[in-house]
Amino acid sequence: MTLYMLNFSLMMVGMYALIVKRHIVKKILGIAIMEYAVNHFLILIGFKKAGISPILTKDMDLATFIQTAVDPLPQALVLTSIVIGLGTLALMVAIAIRLYERYGTFDMHEINRLRG
Amino acid sequence: MDKVLPFFVAIPIFSAIFMLLIGKWEKKIFPRIWSIITTATLVFLISLIWEKGTIIHVMGGWRPPYGIIMIKDHLSLLMLIIVNVVAFLSIIYSYSYITKYEDYLRFFSLFMLMLAGMNGVVLSGDIFNLFVFLEIASLASYALVGYGVGAEELEASFKYLILGAFASLLILFGIGIIYSVTGSVNMADIARFLINNSGNKAVLMATGLFLLGFGLKAGLVPFHAWLPDAHPSAPAPISAMLSGVLIKVLGIYALMRVFYHVIGVSELILNIFLVIGSLSMVVGALMGFGQDDIKRLFAFSSISQMGYVMVGIGLGTPLGIIGALFHLLNHAGFKSLMFLSAGAIEGETGTRSLSELGGLRQKMPVTSASSVVGALSISGVPPFNGFWSKLIILLAALKVGNIWVSAIIVLTAFFTLSYYLRFQKNAIFGDIGKKVEGAREVPIPMVVPLVLLAIICLLVGIFNHSIISNIIIPAQETLLDRSGYILSVLGNL
Repeated sequence: MTLYMLNFSLMMVGMYALIVKRHIVKKILGIAIMEYAVNHFLILIGFKKAGISPILTKDMDLATFIQTAVDPLPQALVLTSIVIGLGTLALMVAIAIRLYERYGTFDMHEINRLRG
Repeated sequence: MDKVLPFFVAIPIFSAIFMLLIGKWEKKIFPRIWSIITTATLVFLISLIWEKGTIIHVMGGWRPPYGIIMIKDHLSLLMLIIVNVVAFLSIIYSYSYITKYEDYLRFFSLFMLMLAGMNGVVLSGDIFNLFVFLEIASLASYALVGYGVGAEELEASFKYLILGAFASLLILFGIGIIYSVTGSVNMADIARFLINNSGNKAVLMATGLFLLGFGLKAGLVPFHAWLPDAHPSAPAPISAMLSGVLIKVLGIYALMRVFYHVIGVSELILNIFLVIGSLSMVVGALMGFGQDDIKRLFAFSSISQMGYVMVGIGLGTPLGIIGALFHLLNHAGFKSLMFLSAGAIEGETGTRSLSELGGLRQKMPVTSASSVVGALSISGVPPFNGFWSKLIILLAALKVGNIWVSAIIVLTAFFTLSYYLRFQKNAIFGDIGKKVEGAREVPIPMVVPLVLLAIICLLVGIFNHSIISNIIIPAQETLLDRSGYILSVLGNL
């Protein structure tokens, strides 16, 4: 339970940075932190204390295997999610650099030509 | 026929990569022709699966609930038609429109990726795959919104990107919670588990996360902040895709699928839908009222029209859902028409401001005529399609006895009519504005989609009965039949 709580507070740290900070790069970092928290949450779902890797070999007993092996599905999901996160992050940084070229600032409050 | 389903995703992805490879030698003509061929193929593929009922494709022979499946039922069919037809017309339009930009290749490549993502969302029978395809479509759309790389485009793209990434994370978090409760990512399997084990508190949290995440993607009030920036900043064919299709597929369709089929609707969720829908209708209409920028006006009108759809879904009665799905179809038609004609107007006159336009009727007769048809359809003038869907939603609200919602529907229809009349008066009719003097009719590839969409608006309005009974009612029956969905995927496991 403590792990879940810590994980959730990590997510809140990311959300804080996303909402409160004005600096674009800090907002991007906030998204990245939130993303790690969510990935970590997925890993925690499949986690077992002193678990073994989910590979069934011939000398293993099926019942003990099911009890001790960690759940492999969330790990596969997290791999996909990390790749997606990489794409998003790269795009965010690229746009942030272009925004700096256009506006000469990283402050989100000064980047406000669109209103209404 | 089930082998056809993966091609809806595979063909556009292959096409996007192939275009980039060939693009080394031929940068201008090839991508345009190739993407027209691709989208035409997709439209043709729909005709193959038209009358087959529910089709399930099992990927790699792993039976559900363990393997990945793609499922086409009547609801997916409706969405597939909307997505691919609008994409086809936008691509034809882009043939001339893209000459504004230097880089043709990446535009069409990203467009194809967005299309692949949306087809994937519609066909996916697996909640994690739904997320992955949703991310493919969103990532391509973030890049396309900022395609002009001007200061304002980049700002809009960045806002959209931050909020979109946040929404995606919430959705992923919700999927994680659902997986931890049910131990499955297959939507039918989750639904079966949740029917047998109701009342789990964690599912309630996932419900909230999905509502936030998909609500943000759909641009519903109060999650709409990015939409009026992002949709006007994109190139016109992309605006048409974003407003006409993307918010529906990633937002409304995903909400419908997840809440009606997977989690199951309750009184609470339906009421939330009603409140969000009514808020979107009113706020979108009021904000649209004061806009000077025509594309921004259309973007606010999108929010307001999505409100109608949400109200229809939130009523939860068969009639309400018929109205909502019909309005979804109609809105795809007239909103893409409006954005495409806004692109034509902007391309010829160089301005989007209502105060600088005027008298377009004399300079651009075809564009003006089709945008008048679009404006009349969206504001609900009788022979056109928008009237019928709004009428059905209103009747559904009255039948339930919800006076407040009915009043809001009527009021919003009135507002919509008035700001579209303002658009017509200031842009299409009246005296010729200063910037309009040099305008000419746009080239043929841009005129064809406009005229076709206008004809679609008119024909759907006139033959509304056969459209509703052939396409909409089967989709509505699928949507309300949760156990039928589970049965069709899992059989009698």
